[in-house]
Amino acid sequence: MRALRRLFRFLLLVGVVAAGLLVYRRRFAGKRERVDLYYDDGTVVSLESGQDGAMLPLATDVIRAARS
Amino acid sequence: MDALRALTELTEISSQIEAACLFEIDGSGGSSTLPGDERSKLFVRSARALLHAARSAHTGEAPLVQLEAATLQGSVLIVVDGDVAAAAVTGESPTVGLVFYDLKSCLRAARTPGDGDGRPRPKARKREAASPSESAA
Repeated sequence: MRALRRLFRFLLLVGVVAAGLLVYRRRFAGKRERVDLYYDDGTVVSLESGQDGAMLPLATDVIRAARS
Repeated sequence: MDALRALTELTEISSQIEAACLFEIDGSGGSSTLPGDERSKLFVRSARALLHAARSAHTGEAPLVQLEAATLQGSVLIVVDGDVAAAAVTGESPTVGLVFYDLKSCLRAARTPGDGDGRPRPKARKREAASPSESAA
């Protein structure tokens, strides 16, 4: 009986940790800072943070100016 | 329709857009939904700087027509139409296609004389000069 209770507790703990990881991934890990550039010929260039040539800090300036 | 009215309608239509501005890409003029001249100028200036940086990053032949910069604080979306551009600030993860569509409509409305729905209106006909018989009557 005691072993069964321990197993139940262990499974409950594993479930809680898995649910927490899932929530964390959906909330934070999915978000990436990037700049998508759309050109007239239909091409789209996506630049991640670090490749964006200082565009992300400029975008942050725009947001700050809009919300100030 | 003037730029300010087009922008006001844009923010009324799109609940995702927090603030928006219209500006000449290579000029100094611009309008925005922000109150206060200084705030508005700063917003337009920073949006223009972002667009210039994006254009200078381009190496191909086709011109840049749209951009989305997604940051952790929110997103900035810009649509270019000739020598003018419209920029909008949204929260995180906006419906990008919808915001681009609304910005294009705003640019079109700002350039189109009419009742504000972006549809061109036929020019009013000039009245023909009254005939002598009508004027005599």
